[in-house]
Amino acid sequence: MDFFDDIIIDIKQLTFSRGGRYIYKDVDIRIPRGKVTAIMGPSGTGKTTLLRLIGGQLKPDSGSILLDGDDIPRLGRSELFDVREKMGMLFQSGALFTDMTVFENVAFPIRVHTKLPEDMVRDVVLMKLQAVGLRGAAQLMPSELSGGMSRRVALARAIALAPALVMYDEPFTGQDPIAMGVLVNLIQKLNQALGHTSIIVSHDIKETLSIADYVYIIADSGVIAQGTPDQLQQVDSEQVRQFMLGLPDGPVPFHFPAADIATELMEGC
Amino acid sequence: MQPVLDSIALLGRSGLDKVAAIGRSGMILAHAIVARPDPVQSFPLLIRQLYSVGVQSMIIIIVSGLFIGMVLALQGYTLLVDYGTEQAVGQMVALSLVRELAPVVAALLFAGRAGSALTAEIGLMKTTEQLSSMEMIGVDPLRRIIAPRFWAGFISLPILTMIFSAVGIWGGMLVGVEWLGIYEGSFWANMQNSVDFFDDVVNGLIKAQVFGLVVTWVAVFQGYDSIPTSEGISQATTKTVVYSSLAILGLDFIMTALMFGDF
Repeated sequence: MDFFDDIIIDIKQLTFSRGGRYIYKDVDIRIPRGKVTAIMGPSGTGKTTLLRLIGGQLKPDSGSILLDGDDIPRLGRSELFDVREKMGMLFQSGALFTDMTVFENVAFPIRVHTKLPEDMVRDVVLMKLQAVGLRGAAQLMPSELSGGMSRRVALARAIALAPALVMYDEPFTGQDPIAMGVLVNLIQKLNQALGHTSIIVSHDIKETLSIADYVYIIADSGVIAQGTPDQLQQVDSEQVRQFMLGLPDGPVPFHFPAADIATELMEGC
Repeated sequence: MQPVLDSIALLGRSGLDKVAAIGRSGMILAHAIVARPDPVQSFPLLIRQLYSVGVQSMIIIIVSGLFIGMVLALQGYTLLVDYGTEQAVGQMVALSLVRELAPVVAALLFAGRAGSALTAEIGLMKTTEQLSSMEMIGVDPLRRIIAPRFWAGFISLPILTMIFSAVGIWGGMLVGVEWLGIYEGSFWANMQNSVDFFDDVVNGLIKAQVFGLVVTWVAVFQGYDSIPTSEGISQATTKTVVYSSLAILGLDFIMTALMFGDF
């Protein structure tokens, strides 16, 4: 079966610029339903921006972003908030509400969007926390959690309402190897168990490729390569190879553009 | 020629930025005011904000009101005793407080204490992506975060102003009657005869209400519109105190002219 028989997000001719610089120019991206899709690329290429465009927090200059037929940039404010109930997002920092306990954080979307009785809210929250291994931390405040624990709580909150789409913004950044392994495992297992679609934005190649079904590599305001992890290993592009192998120099130069060093040093004499 | 053109372009850009900021602040105010209240979820949020914005500002308001009332009585006495009219100290203290000092000083203190705290709190929520995550959960932060804080400030300041006036008058009585020996009957009687409920007390409260609106509006807007960095929050907090203070003093002049000016 083709990946793209059933797609949940269809991005067409997306153009987005900031400060006179194109972040995306006429980009087409399709996200298959129920799969783990990775958006990868060097820092500063607009990977997180793409998630914010899908979430409707940024508006593109032109193009469409269809989520199950709803064109996100053209939705009104209240329609957008309704559509966001289908999404969950794990922020890079966790973005837990600092004035609430872990339990309250996970219960927040359930209380806001459902009219479940309080004992059922409790059960759902405890199950979500159990899924991420933090049921025992339910009464802790976010300030008492480690970085990895914060992200797991944020993950429990992101999946609290069983959304159709979960977006992960740099989930592995700054994690120790154990926390990273836990997160990789969780993302994969939750995707399989809950059947939602996952989009992972990351530049941690090994971990991301180990769980991704399909990968887009973003650079130079567009998609420079796409395919399954196996297909990407075969891509004959210097730019893709530099990124995949983590080479310090190549099409993406080590040095920020500058005048010749000899000339600049001599200027001081 | 180019530097001149650059300067003009910079001026134009700065003007456009200011107009855009005014537009954004208007949108925030409109959302905070017209946000459909959900009594079950909104009321507890409002109560919590009334506590942190209003109740926690009471100490500074009470202490300041007490000392200002005491100083007014002391200054008034030293001035009036030369003319043998020290009995009018009560009248002077009360009129100064309810008309001018209580609304203005309470608002300035409120801007420094609660306004800056609101800006820093909202700015930090923005920096740590809490506002973004709330949006992605499908909850409008303008309704959930901004609206209860705005209404709490709007409600709190007139009440704090009344407390400021009451404590100030009591402080004036302590100095005038208990310390300097003014006859207590004259102190209160002069005050009662000269202070008009509508002309003085109500007008003072109208001022406090306007200041409450302006200070809280500035505070929540600066926090919501802050640049999400530590420097950005620092700038936003400073702007809240500076803009609020200037707005209070400027509006006070305009309202005083309208309310008490006999043109």
